[in-house]
Order: sequence, then C-alpha cells, then structure tokens
Amino acid sequence: MDLTILIISLAKIAVVLTVLFTCVAYVVWLERKVAGRIQNRWGPHRTGPFGLLQPAADFLKALFKEDFTPAQVQRPIYFLAPFLAMTLALMSIAVIPFGENVTIAGRTIFFEITDLNIGLLYIFAVTSLGVYGIALAGWSSGSKYSLMGGLRSSAQMISYELGLGFAVVGVLILSGTLSLRGIVNAQSGFWFGIIPKWYIWPQFVGFLVYLTAAFAETNRTPFDLPEAEGELVGGFHTEYSSLKFAMFFTAEYTNMITVACLATLLFFGGWMAPLPWAWVQHVPALVLLGMAALMTRTALRTYRLERRKSYFAVPGLAGIVGLIGLAFLHPVFAAVAAPMFWFASKVFVFLFLYIWVRWSVPRFRYDQLMHLGWKVLLPVAAANILITGLVVAL
Amino acid sequence: MFNEFFSRQDLLLIKPAVLLALFGCGILLTDLLHERRHKYLNAVTALLGLGFTGVQLALIQRAMSAAGYSEVSGFSGGLVVDGFALYFTWIFLIATAIAILFSVRYLEVENEHHGEYYALMLFSLVGMYFLATAMDLITLFIGLETMALSVYVLAGFLRGDRRSNEAAMKYFLLGAFSSGILAYGFSLLYGLTGSTNLRAVADALVARPSGDPVVYLALITTATGLLFKVAAVPFHQWAPDAYEGAPTSITGFMSTAPKAAAFAFLLRVFLVPLAPLRPAWEGLLVVVCVLTMVVGNLAAISQNNTKRLFAYSSISHVGYMLLGLVAGNETGLKGIAVYLLVYVFMNLGIFTVLVALRRKDIIGDEIEDLSGLFFKNPVSAVFMLIFLLSLAGIPPTAGFLGKYFIFLSLIETRHYVLAVIAVVFVVVALYYYFRLVVMMFMREATDPERLNISPGVAVALAITLAMTLVIGIYPEPFIRLAAGSVLVPFR
Amino acid sequence: MLDQFFFYIFASVILLGGLLTITRRSAVHSAIFLIATLLGIAGLFLHLQAEFLAGVQVILYVGGIMVLFLFVIMLVNLDQAARQRQFNRQWWLALLAAAAVCGEALYGLYRGRGAFTFPGAVPGNMPPNTQAVGNALYQNYMLPFEVASIMLLVAMVGAVVMAKKRL
Repeated sequence: MDLTILIISLAKIAVVLTVLFTCVAYVVWLERKVAGRIQNRWGPHRTGPFGLLQPAADFLKALFKEDFTPAQVQRPIYFLAPFLAMTLALMSIAVIPFGENVTIAGRTIFFEITDLNIGLLYIFAVTSLGVYGIALAGWSSGSKYSLMGGLRSSAQMISYELGLGFAVVGVLILSGTLSLRGIVNAQSGFWFGIIPKWYIWPQFVGFLVYLTAAFAETNRTPFDLPEAEGELVGGFHTEYSSLKFAMFFTAEYTNMITVACLATLLFFGGWMAPLPWAWVQHVPALVLLGMAALMTRTALRTYRLERRKSYFAVPGLAGIVGLIGLAFLHPVFAAVAAPMFWFASKVFVFLFLYIWVRWSVPRFRYDQLMHLGWKVLLPVAAANILITGLVVAL
Repeated sequence: MFNEFFSRQDLLLIKPAVLLALFGCGILLTDLLHERRHKYLNAVTALLGLGFTGVQLALIQRAMSAAGYSEVSGFSGGLVVDGFALYFTWIFLIATAIAILFSVRYLEVENEHHGEYYALMLFSLVGMYFLATAMDLITLFIGLETMALSVYVLAGFLRGDRRSNEAAMKYFLLGAFSSGILAYGFSLLYGLTGSTNLRAVADALVARPSGDPVVYLALITTATGLLFKVAAVPFHQWAPDAYEGAPTSITGFMSTAPKAAAFAFLLRVFLVPLAPLRPAWEGLLVVVCVLTMVVGNLAAISQNNTKRLFAYSSISHVGYMLLGLVAGNETGLKGIAVYLLVYVFMNLGIFTVLVALRRKDIIGDEIEDLSGLFFKNPVSAVFMLIFLLSLAGIPPTAGFLGKYFIFLSLIETRHYVLAVIAVVFVVVALYYYFRLVVMMFMREATDPERLNISPGVAVALAITLAMTLVIGIYPEPFIRLAAGSVLVPFR
Repeated sequence: MLDQFFFYIFASVILLGGLLTITRRSAVHSAIFLIATLLGIAGLFLHLQAEFLAGVQVILYVGGIMVLFLFVIMLVNLDQAARQRQFNRQWWLALLAAAAVCGEALYGLYRGRGAFTFPGAVPGNMPPNTQAVGNALYQNYMLPFEVASIMLLVAMVGAVVMAKKRL
C-alpha cells in the first residue's frame, strides 16, 4: 500500500468532513432563517450578524447540556444507535464527486474521496442501513413514543427505498454505469446547442418519483411521521438529549445533503454548466461579486438601524466572498472551481426546495403515506423503467 | 427478439410451464369476479389450463416423434425434454386434475373456497415441470422450491384449523431445512466440477479419482436432501404430521403429484450427475430402502388416523420404488415409472373416498369414520376395497404390476435378500390395509350421515377405479409408455 | 497477507455473529447479530471483488429483509417468549449431532482440499464485473431467473393466503 495515497486519502477525508459539517451547520441556519421568513418573522439574528454564529451557539449548547440517560433503556443499543445513525449518514458522502477531475502539473486531482464503480449501489446500501439508527433508537429507548417512531420509520424507509431505487434505474439504463462520475460524464453536451443533455428531460417521471421518495427517506415533512411532534412527542429521539440528540440531528441534515447531491448528480448533470456559451464561465465571478455587494449593502443598512458593532464583521465576510469571486477570473482557478460552483449551486437549490416544502406542506397521514409509496410511486417508477428500457432497446 | 442465446425452440419447450403459470395468474384475477357460490368456476379454469397444457405437451411429443428425436434440449443445455420428462409431466397433470376434481366440494364444506387454492396448484405444477425437465442444478433447485412453497401453503390452507397450521409449519420448517442441505450438496458439486449443468457435472465427476472424500460429502448431502423430499426413512418424520394436518384433498395431492415430481428429481440427479458414483450410493440406498419398508409398514399398523396411516403407507411405497433404483437396470427403472403411474391412480382413489367422508360437522379422518361404510354406501366401499387391494399389490389390480416389475428387476440383478424382505412386507401391508376393510364391511355404522358425493368426486372415483383396473388387466400400452420413459443412466 | 487478514476478519465476524444469533435470548439482539453476519458476508463478497454482489447483499438482506425482521420483532411483544426456556432438554444431543456432522464435513473438506478447482487469482484489481453478472443472469441463466419470478409470486400469494383474515 502506497503511503502517499493513504495520506492523501486521509487529508481528503478530513477536508470533506470539515466542509460537510460546516454545510450541515449552515443548512440548519438556513432552515431556521427561511422558516422565519415564511412565517413572517426574522429567524435567528442575535448571535452574530444575521445570526450567522447560531450554529456554533447551538453546538455549544448541545455540548454542555446534561447528558441524561433514562432508566428503562436497553444499554448498549441505546448508546450505539446515534453513532450508527451519524456514521452511516457520513459514510455516504465518500463516493460523491464534487467536481471535474483536473490535471495540474502532471498530477490528477480527484474531487471525491473515492470513485467506486458501484458508487450508486454503495450510496443505496449505506442509506438503507441508516434506518437501523432510527429503528434501534426507537426500540432501545423503552418508551412508547420512541417505539412508535422507530416502527413508523422502518416501515416508511422500506416502502420508499423501493421507490427510490426504482426511480434511478431509468438513469442507469441510459448511462450504463453505476459509477457516479460515469453518470455525470454521460450527461455532458447539449441538444440543439442549448438544452443541456441532463437526465431530467428523458427521466422527468423518474425525477419526480426520486424527489418524493427522497423526502420520505430523509424523514422530512411532509413525511416526517417518525418524529411527528404532535403525536409522538419527538418520535424516535424522544429519550435522547445533549450530544446524542445532536448526532441524530446531524445525521438527518447530512442525509438531506446526500440526497440533494445525488439528485444533482443523477438528474441535473452534476458539475456541468447549464448553458453552452462561453460567457457562462464568468457567471460564478459575477454571482459571487454580486453577493458580496449585496451583503455589504445589507450590513450597512442594518447597522444604521440597529447600531450593533457585530455588523462590522459583515463587510469582512463580503470581502472574502468578493475575493473568491475575483479569483474566478483567473483561468486556472476557474477551471478547478467552476464545476464545484455549479455543483454547489444546484445542491443549494435542492436544499432550499427541501426547506421550502417543509414549511409549506402539512404532514401526511400514515395510511396516505403507505398508499402513496406502494400504490403510486412504485407502479409509476416501474412503468418508467419499462418505457425507458423499451425506448433504449428500440 | 431471438438472438444467439434464445431460439423459438426454447420457447416451445417451456410453453407448458408458461401456460400453467398464465392460467395460475388468470385464476388469481378471475377469482375476484366470481361470487361465493360460483367459486367452482375456478376449478373449471384450472382444469381448462391443465387441458391446454396437455394439448401442448401432446404437440411437443408429436413434433418430436415426427422428427425422430428422442430428446430435445434448449436454453443451451439447461433444459431437456425427453421421454422421461414427458412421462412424468403427464403423471403430474393427471394427478393434479383428479385432485382438482375432488377438491371443489371439500373446500365448500370447509368454507375455504378460494381461487388461490387452484392457482397454487398450477404454480406447483410449473415447479414440477422444471423438476422433470431441467438439466441444470440451479433450475432444478428453483423448480423444487416453487413446487414446495406452493404445497406448504396448500397444506396450511384451512387457516382456521390449528392442525392445518401446524402441518404447514412443520412441513415448511423441515422442507426448508432439507432444501438447505440439498443446496449445500449442490454447491459442493458445483465447487468440485465448476459447472451447474448436470451432464458437465457427471463428466467432471468421472474424471475425478475415486475415493475422494469431498465427493462423498457432496453425495451424502445431496442424497440426504433428495431422500428428505421423497420422505424416505430416516428422513420421513415430517410426512405423517404434514399429511394428517393438511386438508384431505391436499393430502391426496401431496402424496401423488409432488411425490412423483420429487421422484423425477431424485432419478434425474442420481442417474445423471451422480451416476459415476453409483458404487458409493448403491449401498446407501439399500439401507434406506430396507429401513423405509420396515418403518413405513410397521408404523402404519398402529395408526388410528386414516391420513396418518396412508402417510406411512406412502412412505413404505417409496421404499419399494427406491428398490427399482437399487436394481438400476431397465426393468427397475421401468418398474419405478409404472409404479408411480399406478400409485397416483390408486392413492388418489383412496383419497377421493376419504374426501367424500368429510361432511358437515364430521371430519372423517379417523379409522372409525369408515366403519359400516358398506351398509351406508356400498359402491364406495367396494371401490375402496379395490384401491386397498391394489395398494397391497394383489392381482389383478394395477398395484400388482408395479410391484411385479420391481421384484423382477431385483431378481434380475441378484438382489435376492432384498426381494425376500420386500415380499415379507407386502404381507405386513396387507394386515393394516385389511384393518380398514374389516372396518368398512363388518362393523356397524357409527354415524348415520350420508357420504358427500359431488359430481367431481364421482368423476374422480370413476377415473381412478377405471385406471386401476385397466392397468391391472391390460397393462401392455402402459408398460410400453413406461419403457419409453426410462432414463438412460449416464455412463 | 492483507488479503488473508481481511478474510479472517470477515470469517470471524460471520461465525461469531451466527453463533450469537442463535444463542441470544432477546430476539432483537439476535437480529442485530444476524445483521453483523450478513454484513460480514457482504465483506467476503467484496473481498472476492464481487462488488455488485456485495452491494446487493447489503441493500437487500441488511437494508431490506432484516429491517422487516426487526420491524416484526418490535411489533410483536416477545417478552413472554424471552422468559421461556431457550433450549429443550435434548440440546446436548443436538449439539453432539451437529458437532459430528461438522467434524465429518471438516474432515472431508480438509482431506479433499486439493479437489476444488479454482481459477487462478487475478493480480491487482479485476475490471468491474457488474455487467458480467447481468449477462450471466439474462443469457446463460435466463431460465432459472425467470422461474424464480414464479417462485416469488408463489411466496407472495402464499403469504397473503396465510396471513389475511378474510380472503
């Protein structure tokens, strides 16, 4: 075993995990912010400018809270469950490619931890294991609500995993590979010189099924029955507190990011730019510079209203964003980072969609959930496979 | 549509199975359209399906004889239709048809008349078809499981009845266990030979040095699994419990069609891939045969439940049939074929009468329930007598013919001791069969209730009796048929 | 060297998991150890460079079937069963028989260890074989593959027949 490969892999894992945790933290922030706006309130805005330090505060709170273990729990499993949930959630990120491979000075940089030739199967395997964290947590807590939550979640995950798996088969038929990088590469090019050859077009039905099933797989509203507060107190994590609860929380948001990444890779061409023209390569710089300008303006205006010194931090932040934007004007940096920019923006759109739906749509009833999974999504996805197969064969 | 891997001929060869599967699915669908009192239409559909399959089989047979082929193989050697396969498929079809005939009224009495019953029968036939035709370990195994799963469910079809549930459970657990052993044997065979094709396995085994311990391990595990499936002693314990608890109509079915299929499977495996190991398994089989005859016949004596009694009787018959394999010459294999054909008719005849004994509030599976049958319903009592005589092997009934060939083959191959043992146990069998006769003809009736003879039961009785007598009196054409089915052992 | 190390790791996970599955008193614990066993088998597949098989093993057995097992175990109250005696009085006889069979098998396999013919080990990584699995299933083994669908249909119909209150 080559030592350098090992070191590079470890470094990559460290970087990816750091970025991932940061993303998770700020998705939570985004969720609270968007929720606030949808409900016509501010959301977090006290800790740091725009409440940007809220995730750090939340983490500290979770860290210093009393870690309470109820008396009736099944010991080893109760402690195992949150670790299981989080580890499995983190594992799936290993095969997700974030950008195009670049060769600089004779060395190819791979933008993922590893490129398995069964990458997609791997992700499904790991996410299908994710249910154990929840089911075992529900069972080992020794509480009715937790048990109900665990049961609901295992039934729900099983039902929608089928839909999820069936939905992507169409993509597999079209691309002919299970490697995520291969699937993205199969989506390069444009029809009529303008419409990107993304699988969203031929696989629109598959995408819809995937999206619905993905909501259910991540236990997000409208499918958040495992933790329905109104009925089950907190569902499977009722008896968990402090860091153990935080682990479940992290797992949930990591899963969200994973399915968003997967949707991007499978249906939206991953890191491919959406338009064929040359000027598109300047879009990242424009967007980032625009963001920087907007941030500065908002910060100044807010400072005039509130007179809080913390807002002086914002122009600094805006400066960093602006610098990155300027860096995009350099061709080498652009070649490396532009695919990542596109990838990140597509993922962001999906995450926003998740949050949007969560705060707009009411929860399903349990029988409706099962009905939708088995009697609508599954047949539709199966028909989609059949038609795709027929079209490809002909 | 047809490429280098498949041809039209491949499809033709599996057409009987396809037809059966389609009719099975059709029954599942049309069942929803029938009202409760019209459920017998499902049986009609099933019989229709069997008819179509029979026609298809006859067409294949005619095409083969017209072209002068003795066997046609398809799916790149994974499937072969030869005289053996055709003969056994006919047996399965006939047995199932008769079982369907006497099931209708029985299910009505039990108040469990659902289309799934017939559908599962047809699905089990699909499995049996592949047991008779497959030349590939995997196909054989999957065919076996298809048949077995259907029969497990059928054994537990009376869902409100604890005994039926128990039977299904025991049958399922032991069946799954034995399938596991069989799969282990198959995996060893595959590991040793690198192929799942039966002929390739045999080729590779011939090339091996003799006395290889792993080969024996493969042989023992495979043989154990196979003997489990035909319920030979010492792997018979599941049979009496499963037979007793299952619905009577299914007991009749189980003891004929799936048994014949298991035999086809056993013969195919012993005579093709395991044929090179004949010196090793012959002694094994002798022990199993003797044990099977001894235990089957002796245990049958003390039974008070008719279904249990016939379970043990069927075990003892397996012993006789296996003797034909021990002899292993053409007469012996022909004997097995004739024996199975005859056994199907006589055993189904017995079970037709037993099914008619099930009336409202009377379960009718104790020996006492037979008492005074002659005074209540002389016809069925006389029929029963003939079937019993045939089971015991008394001429001029058909049962004699089967035993005759088996004994002949034993003498031809100089297995005199085995022949003597077999004859001795014919006498023992006579004893317990005549217990039933005494009950029917010399006791007063304990209950006044009349027998439940539906048109289906009447037809089934007529067919089984006619065949039992015809084969016994004019055996020529049937012997010729059986001779055409003899599987040439791999050499 | 590393190969052997991984093989023994997976093998011991499988065996230990299997042993604990049948000896644990709590059904949930048994299920968890069964999961460990199945994961070990997936690991062995991976070790043999059968990555598709490994993935499917995890998705179907661990992620599908065992979740349903666990679901049923949690749904049914098994406290009563857990208090009952786990083995009947003949357990030593069964153990003896199992040991005898095991010894026999081990002896046979040991004596005939040269009997199995293996294709030579491929140095380095094998090319992805997912497509090979597909070709085998849809070409040479098409027939058993299709018959298996009938078998699964039977299993499904059978489950409904046995479990549904009113047909």
